[in-house]
Amino acid sequence: MKDVHRAFADTLPVMAGYVVLGIGFGILLSAKGYGAGWAFAMGVIIYSGALQYVVIDMISGGASLMAAALTGLMVSARHLFYGISMVDRYKGAGMKKPYMVYALTDETYSLVCSAEAPSPRRYHRYCFLVSLFDQAYWVGGSVIGGLLGPVIPFDTEGIDFALTALFVSICVDQWLGAKSRLPALTGFAAAAVCLLIFGREDFLIPAMLAITGGLTLLRPVLDKDDKDGRAAHD
Amino acid sequence: MTDLHVFLMILVCGAVTLLLRALPFLAFGRRTPGYILYLGRVLPYATMGMLVVYCLRNVSPLEGAHGVPEAVSCALVVLLHLWRRSALLSIVGGTACYMFLVQVVF
Repeated sequence: MKDVHRAFADTLPVMAGYVVLGIGFGILLSAKGYGAGWAFAMGVIIYSGALQYVVIDMISGGASLMAAALTGLMVSARHLFYGISMVDRYKGAGMKKPYMVYALTDETYSLVCSAEAPSPRRYHRYCFLVSLFDQAYWVGGSVIGGLLGPVIPFDTEGIDFALTALFVSICVDQWLGAKSRLPALTGFAAAAVCLLIFGREDFLIPAMLAITGGLTLLRPVLDKDDKDGRAAHD
Repeated sequence: MTDLHVFLMILVCGAVTLLLRALPFLAFGRRTPGYILYLGRVLPYATMGMLVVYCLRNVSPLEGAHGVPEAVSCALVVLLHLWRRSALLSIVGGTACYMFLVQVVF
C-alpha cells in the first residue's frame, strides 16, 4: 500500500501534464477525423507523446510507411539513453520487466532513474506502478480529448509547463545529490550547443552523440570518483 | 489516406518506439559490459539536462515574450525546490506562475 501511495503522489505532476497533453492530442486527432478509439489505440500501441503528435502531422501529410519508420527513429532515438540507464536498475524485475521496458517514457524515466527504495523488490514494484499510472493518465487524457472534441471547460494554456517544471525539479535534486556535477553539465551544455547549431527540429541526435562522446572522455575521472565513493560507502 | 494505411503507420511507429526502448535491455541485459554500467550511472544526470533543453526548445529569445515566462518560471521552480525540496510545491508553483504569465501578462 505504501508503494502505491508513494507512486501515486510522485506521479501527480505527470498526471497534470499528461492529462492536458493527452486531451490536446485527442482533440487534434479527432479534428482529423479519427475519434477516441484511435486515440486509445495510439496510446497503447505507440505510447510516446512526442511521436504521437508527429503522427498526426504525418496523417495529414500522407507519409509513406518508410517515412513513418524513419521519422519514428529520429523522434524516439532518445529512448536508447533511458534503456541504457535502466539496464542494471531493472535487473531482476521478473514478470513486470517487459511492461516496464515498453512503458519507459520521458516522464516515467525521470521518476524511476533516480528513485530510491529499501530493496530491489520494492524499487521494481514502485517503478512498475509509476509506469502503469503514467500510461493511465496519458491514455485517459487522450480518450477524453477524443470524446470531448474542441469543448474545454477552462483556459489551460501553459499547464503543460508542469512537465518542464518536473524535469527542472529533478535536475535540482540531482545537482544537490550528485557526487560529480560533470555529467549534468555535459548533458546541459551539449544539448544547448547542439540546439544552437542544428536547430529545434534536429538537435537531439547530435546532442546524444556529443553527450556519449563527452561522458566517454570523462570516464577516467568519473569512474574513479564512483569507485572511490562506493568503496567509502562500503 | 485509408484507415488501413493509418493503422499500419501506427503499428510501424509503435514497433520503432518499442525497439528503441527494448534494444539496450536485449543487447546488454544478460552480461552488461563495464562501459555500459558506467554510462548507466552517469547518463541519468546528463539526460535530465538534455530533457530540460528539449522542453524549452521552442522558446525564441528574440521574439514574442523573449522567453521571459519560461526563464522566470524555471527560476521559481529552482528557488522553491531549494527552499522546501518538495516536488509538488515546486511544480505547482512554477506551473501556476507560467500559466499566469502566458495567459494574463504576455
